[in-house]
Amino acid sequence: MLTINYFASVREALGCASETLSLPEKVNDVSALVEHLTRQRDARWAILSNTNQVLVAVNQTIVGREQALQDSDEVAFFPPMTGG
Amino acid sequence: MIVSEHLLISVQEDDFNVGQEYALLRNMADNVGAIAVFSGLVREFYEPAVTDAGPASKVLNLFLEHYPGMTEKALQDIVQEADTRWRIQACKVIHRVGELHAGDQIVFVGTASAHRADAFAATEFIMDYLKTRAPFWKRQQSSEGSEWIESRDSDAAAAARWNSDKD
Repeated sequence: MLTINYFASVREALGCASETLSLPEKVNDVSALVEHLTRQRDARWAILSNTNQVLVAVNQTIVGREQALQDSDEVAFFPPMTGG
Repeated sequence: MIVSEHLLISVQEDDFNVGQEYALLRNMADNVGAIAVFSGLVREFYEPAVTDAGPASKVLNLFLEHYPGMTEKALQDIVQEADTRWRIQACKVIHRVGELHAGDQIVFVGTASAHRADAFAATEFIMDYLKTRAPFWKRQQSSEGSEWIESRDSDAAAAARWNSDKD
């Protein structure tokens, strides 16, 4: 199962903090996962396609959209960081 | 959390005491010639990243959200990277999470080294990288309402200049 976490403004926009999902067939990287989520769900999920506004981490490391996915991965979507 | 015996990080709700942290760094290593200490505070007035977004608004409180697990990992990677670039004898990074108010301390970075150049550079590097690579997000309640703070291009630029230095 994939674990997907959403943080900050992304979490609020989607109304979802965390979910688990079986890695869908033919979804082998982050781009394909985003495509899958935006196709399956309502218009709010389109924000995940915005690569400037939404960053991705896999297993708690920032990655590009081409990052390959395994069924046990922890994926996270969030806006650019504003700590410090 | 102990990254290695001379590198410490902490993500905490509690406030910190700069004097105590300074004393800790002073005692953590021998032959320390310089300790650089940075602390970041919650500003009383928030100026939007976009200049035409209106006047500065008065900050009532700030909520710091983070990604437990990744936050510690990111801070660990940053202090270890600093440790490979400069001669650091002791380093401590503290970042607060949860609800904070104007004037509160948010972040502490202290670096002890034999000479000041390494301590200054490592401290600044850690802050610049922390701003763009550690998963913290600020939600601000101000006189104008409640909103997520936007990231600033100037922070990305500050972090990026350390990459060109390396080439």
